[in-house]
Amino acid sequence: MENLIALLVAAPLLGAAVLLCGGRRLDAVGHWIGTALAAVSFVLGVVLFADMLGKSPENRTLMQHLFSWIPVEGFQANVGFQLDQLSMTFVLLITGVGSLIHLYSIGYMEHDERRRRFFGYLNLFLAAMLLLVVADNYLLLYVGWEGVGLASYLLIGFWQHKPSAATAAKKAFLVNRVGDMGLSIAIMLMFTTFGTFAFGPVFQATGALTSGADAPGSEGKLTAIGLMLLLAACGKSAQVPLQSWLGDAMEGPTPVSALIHAATMVTAGVYLIVRSGDIFNAAPDAQLAVTVVGAVTLLFGAIVGCAKDDIKKALAGSTMSQIGYMVLAAGLGPIGYAFAIMHLVTHGFFKAGLFLGAGSVMHGMNDEVDMRKYGGLRKYMPITFVTFGLGYLAIIGFPGLSGFFSKDKIIEAAFAKGGAEGWILGGAALLGAAITAFYMTRVMLMTFFGEERWRHAPTPSPAEPSVEPAAETRGAHAEPHPHESPKVMTIPMIVLAVGSVFAGAFFGIGERFVKWLEPVTGFEHGHPPVSALTVTLSTVAVMVVGVGFAYAQYGRRPVPVVAPRGSLLTRAARRDLLQDDFNHVVLVRGGEHLTRSLVYVDHTLVDGVVNGTAATMGGLSGRLRRLQNGFARSYAVSMFGGAAVLIAATLLMRAV
Amino acid sequence: MNPVNYLYLAALLFTIGATGVLIRRNAIVVFMCVELMLNACNLAFVAFSRMHGNLDGQIIAFFTMVVAAAEVVVGLAIIVSVFRARHSASVDDASLMKL
Repeated sequence: MENLIALLVAAPLLGAAVLLCGGRRLDAVGHWIGTALAAVSFVLGVVLFADMLGKSPENRTLMQHLFSWIPVEGFQANVGFQLDQLSMTFVLLITGVGSLIHLYSIGYMEHDERRRRFFGYLNLFLAAMLLLVVADNYLLLYVGWEGVGLASYLLIGFWQHKPSAATAAKKAFLVNRVGDMGLSIAIMLMFTTFGTFAFGPVFQATGALTSGADAPGSEGKLTAIGLMLLLAACGKSAQVPLQSWLGDAMEGPTPVSALIHAATMVTAGVYLIVRSGDIFNAAPDAQLAVTVVGAVTLLFGAIVGCAKDDIKKALAGSTMSQIGYMVLAAGLGPIGYAFAIMHLVTHGFFKAGLFLGAGSVMHGMNDEVDMRKYGGLRKYMPITFVTFGLGYLAIIGFPGLSGFFSKDKIIEAAFAKGGAEGWILGGAALLGAAITAFYMTRVMLMTFFGEERWRHAPTPSPAEPSVEPAAETRGAHAEPHPHESPKVMTIPMIVLAVGSVFAGAFFGIGERFVKWLEPVTGFEHGHPPVSALTVTLSTVAVMVVGVGFAYAQYGRRPVPVVAPRGSLLTRAARRDLLQDDFNHVVLVRGGEHLTRSLVYVDHTLVDGVVNGTAATMGGLSGRLRRLQNGFARSYAVSMFGGAAVLIAATLLMRAV
Repeated sequence: MNPVNYLYLAALLFTIGATGVLIRRNAIVVFMCVELMLNACNLAFVAFSRMHGNLDGQIIAFFTMVVAAAEVVVGLAIIVSVFRARHSASVDDASLMKL
């Protein structure tokens, strides 16, 4: 069985190699090769899963040592795999959703002449992501971590002829790099503290450190490691303050947004935090930082999502917000780990479904992304409408659908943190639920209901440039003819919609998912200050309020085609709450000032010393040069003088 | 006679020669002064030889004479060619390594 793990990673890696090295000969079949290998991975995952289910919960972890990568005496970097319940969950999510999205991409990228390369990158992503979740040490995890970053860069910039896409890819890569620094520093700290970076020994050493006699100072180290891991998670999962890349990442093809920037890669940060749970449990300060980051991001993303007119960017804000929920839950400790992962899985279903729906809408609307130019599409795209609608109900937490079960648990757990913190975190989560309901209803109403605003396609929109400058460049000048997408695209959407409906109930009822993960992450019941039923009821209530507000604004009144100027907050939210301006003022300008002052110091101080030395030497040699005047008699004087001095010195020494 | 007197004479001759080298401009005279200094040295060597009762100083004096003879050959040749080029035997005129 253990050998299958390596195969799991190898299948998509082989696909990537074949597709990227195969050249144009494979153009005709490349997409089928890529999809087939993703499916192979999924089948292997299911086989491993079935095998795992057959064992008792404590003995489910599979370990495989593949080879020694860098064997140096005290530094043993191995390539080894660890497949436990947590990894298994991710493997199934990644390969399952991944295979569906491969299938969908066949239809979506049909007219793209670089489709083979696209599938090669997708396979590369799958391989890297699988490596990330099955690695048995942090260094190998780091390899996967960088691999998904690379794949994300390549896929965001897939339409590299568009400057906006190329810039977005670079931005994503650079922002991710900041987080990657955090991960590498965390690994170095682990090595200096514990002498190892394999999961098992590190967590054992963490336990020994906190309970042992050498406790003083150890918590500081663990907190430092925890904060660095949090920084890494922030970069990869687009959490405040490293959130700015996700919105721009929507420049990539929509299947990429669905797979990488909604369902899998952006959740790697949550995986990292849950995986490192033992470290965070021992470092309460780092844990608190995690919850704060989660709470801030879930509100931040939700507010941004409310203001965007670009359907994909609205969904991107929503992704950020939902991952904020997961990070918040992950920061709550053993109360929340399982719920974080559960929300991650259900989110993987409904958000991927929503993105695929958005892609389907764009496919039928000449790649128009501005929701103000949609409207009334439910008649033309019934399947997309129904699947998108089910995803919508799931994400706002409609009772009975999957988002309801997972999000409600997180809100409950946040209240159960206790004290003022619990009230603040729980309140933020509850407020986030209301805003989620608002912006998702807004997306739904603007896209599928109301009048058909695309009929009189207005001349180039004078809308704010920040809204979506690229919309026109995709070439949508003629009036679009909305139509339903081909089966190869609708089938994945239907499967994901089914998952969005039933996954939550399947996981949530009887705490099935929690029991499944408990051996890995641990679990303890939280005790919220108010009863669980009250929390659930208030969650539903704020959801209804959010939907009501959105209906009042976008359902009962016609939606203007040109975005109104809006309030100060709206305009700020359209600009992603000034995140880029903040980065520009603080980081770019700050960096410029820093470099300028360094250049000044370099020119005055360093160059001053160097030039001063040279000038002194030059002056001295100028003086010395005068001795060499060419007059033989002056040389003779120096000679006699020198001889006299030598003799005098000799005599003096003799005398002494 | 006390051999130390020869040393005084040698010192006197050497001083006259050195002064001549330093103050005279004519290359021929400078040259003769150099010879004077050499011979002052020779005198000193021979005097020391006598004082110490061995022949080392005398042998060195012979070496000096041989070297001085060779030097005269080369030096006079240079002075003659410089004079031909510049129509002057002044050492100060020949302060540059070009015409």
